[in-house]
Amino acid sequence: MKNRGGQPVVVPAGSPGPTGSGQPAAATKKSLSASIAKFRELGLLAFIVILAVGVQFRNTSFLTWENLNDIATNTAILSILAVGMMLVIITRGIDLSIGATLALSGMIAALTVKEYPGLNPYVAVLLGVGIGIACGAVLGFLVSKINILPIIATLGMMNVFRGLTYEASGGKWVSAHQMPESFKAIATGKVLGINNLIFIAILIYIVAYYFVNHTRTGRQIYAVGSNPESAEVSGIKSGRILWLVYTIMGGLSGLAGVLWVAKFASAQGDTASGYELSVIAACVLGGVSIAGGSGKISGIILGSVLLGILNNALPMIDVSPFWQNWIQGMIILVAVLINAMVKRGIDRNNLMRRRI
Amino acid sequence: MSEFILELKGITKTFPGVKALDDVYFKLKPGEIHALMGENGAGKSTFIKVITGVHAPDEGGEMYLDGQPVNFRNPKDAQKAGIAAIYQHVTCYPDLTVTENIFMGHEKIAKGTKRLLWREMHEEAGNLLKELGASFSPKTLMGALSVAEQQIVEIAKALSVNARIIIMDEPTAALTNNESEELYRIAEKLRDQGTSIIFISHRFEDMYRLASKVTVFRDSKYIGTWGVNEISNADLIVAMVGREITQLFPKKEAEIGEELLRVEGLGKTGYFADVSFTLRKGEILGLTGLVGAGRTEVCQAIFGAERADKGKIFYKGQELAVRNPLHAMKQGIGYLPEDRQKQGLVLSWEIGRNITLSSLEKMSKKGHINTRKEWDLAKRLAEKVSVKAKSVFDLASSLSGGNQQKVVFAKLLTADLDILILDEPTKGVDVGAKSAIYEIISDLACSGYGIILVSSEMPEIIGMCDRVAVMREGRITAFMDREGISQEAILRASMADADPQQDQQRWA
Repeated sequence: MKNRGGQPVVVPAGSPGPTGSGQPAAATKKSLSASIAKFRELGLLAFIVILAVGVQFRNTSFLTWENLNDIATNTAILSILAVGMMLVIITRGIDLSIGATLALSGMIAALTVKEYPGLNPYVAVLLGVGIGIACGAVLGFLVSKINILPIIATLGMMNVFRGLTYEASGGKWVSAHQMPESFKAIATGKVLGINNLIFIAILIYIVAYYFVNHTRTGRQIYAVGSNPESAEVSGIKSGRILWLVYTIMGGLSGLAGVLWVAKFASAQGDTASGYELSVIAACVLGGVSIAGGSGKISGIILGSVLLGILNNALPMIDVSPFWQNWIQGMIILVAVLINAMVKRGIDRNNLMRRRI
Repeated sequence: MSEFILELKGITKTFPGVKALDDVYFKLKPGEIHALMGENGAGKSTFIKVITGVHAPDEGGEMYLDGQPVNFRNPKDAQKAGIAAIYQHVTCYPDLTVTENIFMGHEKIAKGTKRLLWREMHEEAGNLLKELGASFSPKTLMGALSVAEQQIVEIAKALSVNARIIIMDEPTAALTNNESEELYRIAEKLRDQGTSIIFISHRFEDMYRLASKVTVFRDSKYIGTWGVNEISNADLIVAMVGREITQLFPKKEAEIGEELLRVEGLGKTGYFADVSFTLRKGEILGLTGLVGAGRTEVCQAIFGAERADKGKIFYKGQELAVRNPLHAMKQGIGYLPEDRQKQGLVLSWEIGRNITLSSLEKMSKKGHINTRKEWDLAKRLAEKVSVKAKSVFDLASSLSGGNQQKVVFAKLLTADLDILILDEPTKGVDVGAKSAIYEIISDLACSGYGIILVSSEMPEIIGMCDRVAVMREGRITAFMDREGISQEAILRASMADADPQQDQQRWA
């Protein structure tokens, strides 16, 4: 440790060299690994910009207002779900059931407006969110109280929710002509000149940013994921935190369900099947660590946007659908690889500072 | 007002089957640094957990704070009463900032909106750190700090709750001398401000430097409390070790043959360095030292479960780069892991299948296992190590700890091995079974195996080993042969700077 505040530092004759000389080196290494960690998000942003410019050269209609608006609208639902998924992953969990929750609440909302066309669309939204919250609360209960592994609990409930969706609809679709215009307008309407979907996503991001950074509960989510045992000793009620994140995830899935059904004007049994994997991918791309404890709102915005751009841009520059999947997969792998390398570098630096 | 800020009388804590604390007494004055010493497993950590409310003591004991009887139901109660603990393994949130680590559980929030007051928290954290002489920013991520710096954060955390009693559980274990010096300075400053400190350490240097009183525990029991100036170093060691070697060790004299293994300058960044030793045929080499001294890591490096950064391993005179455990087994090196339930056995399988697990290819032809051959071999080996079970078809989980360990031994014997590395082979095993395991080890040595016995139990090391290497903080600090082994010598070598006389010269 450095000589601080003018205190005399005794250097024992037997110690392996003056430790003061080792300190500055360690300090520079620390700042290096820290800067790599910061660089990660900048790198993602740079990658998005380069990708956008590159695509623009191939197809000049890419960077037009209409197309950008299109990308944003299409990404909105993904990014809303990414918020909930980030919270779940931060607590070292995962939620595979969100596609099914989304389908279930979307289907029930659609069936309801089909039955009562005069219903206020807000009620439909609330209904969807309510069903989502109920689904999430069940999951949270299984994970936090019964101690079932999140991957198992959500895998099981995924099938339960999916089955309920088919049961509720009798295996039939609710299609565009069965839905009142007011319901479909949820996805096409505008607030302050911005599409409702984008507006809702922005609103959720602002609330989520405040929640995870400026409330006690929000920070405790990180604590539970970063070191569960320590959280227990500090008097944090981990069980309630877990229950909360799965419930939030469920609520957001329910909301996304209504938005999805309104946007595509169709509710089907297999709506959003497999969509949970895209959401997880967006989180991972955005730097949320599957090991728990870390993840930033800014990261998942970038992750969702990158996935959204890839979905939009690759078809525009005539990449075949087979290669589109390949490219998306490779980008996710590279992102995870960089994450792992940065983490290993930091761990190693910390070990180097332990002198033996 | 009582003279003592904290007083414990007759505290006992029983876990299923084990008495972790047996009628323990402790008195702490305000503004006192009180050292708590004892061997591994003497009950110090349990004692701390009782004080901090993590464990509730059994009925009958009494605990007084400022002369008032108290009864902590959970860690929060103890925190509110002004007791903070800095644990042996720093319990931090590596992904969060220093400020958050300090304020976790008692964050500052705005009235009404419940918004976190980041600026205020950063400011106060900065002040606390400055007070403790730290130079890093409170916005740094905890995981990016060194162990010494993390410890300072833990102390800052204790200060932020206005703790009157701070418990430090081996705070200097992972620190260099200079870093320890910094910690001493902080501890003295806190003491002068009236905070009481309970200091647990294996380093005599810490005790002489800081504490005014020392309390010794041994085998979960209270041995005594002395003023640091009243008790000599030798007496203290006797108080800590104290017991006679009563167990019988059936060590037979084995013929010691040619060299099997030679390790030169083995090192792994952050875990151990400069480890060199040799092992001969028929020899039992003890590897001892305190928990965390790097013994297990060295063994895993030799077995290929971990990779060493530096140094060479020679096996029968040939240099050997161990790639992985399978490679090590093929060469003839076997490892008995410390945690037999997790790493040594498949508990839900039959005894027989466990025994043959690592040598299935010997009993199979073109991928097809010859079942009769498998059970025959399993039966023969189970009899050889005398596993007490009705048959080899019983489940491993139905066996007692000692018998489970015998099964792991039998499993090792299926392979053609020359070297056995035994990591705490009698941990959690009752006395009778221990004796049986010692007999197996002794027989194995006689039949020509070279054995490395890793153990924290001194009677075992002294009773069984031909030679002993003592490790401390990642390095081998002493070699002893059979004549030179004694509990005192081992303890002295495993604790840093045990001789205060020599130490004062060094620090002058």
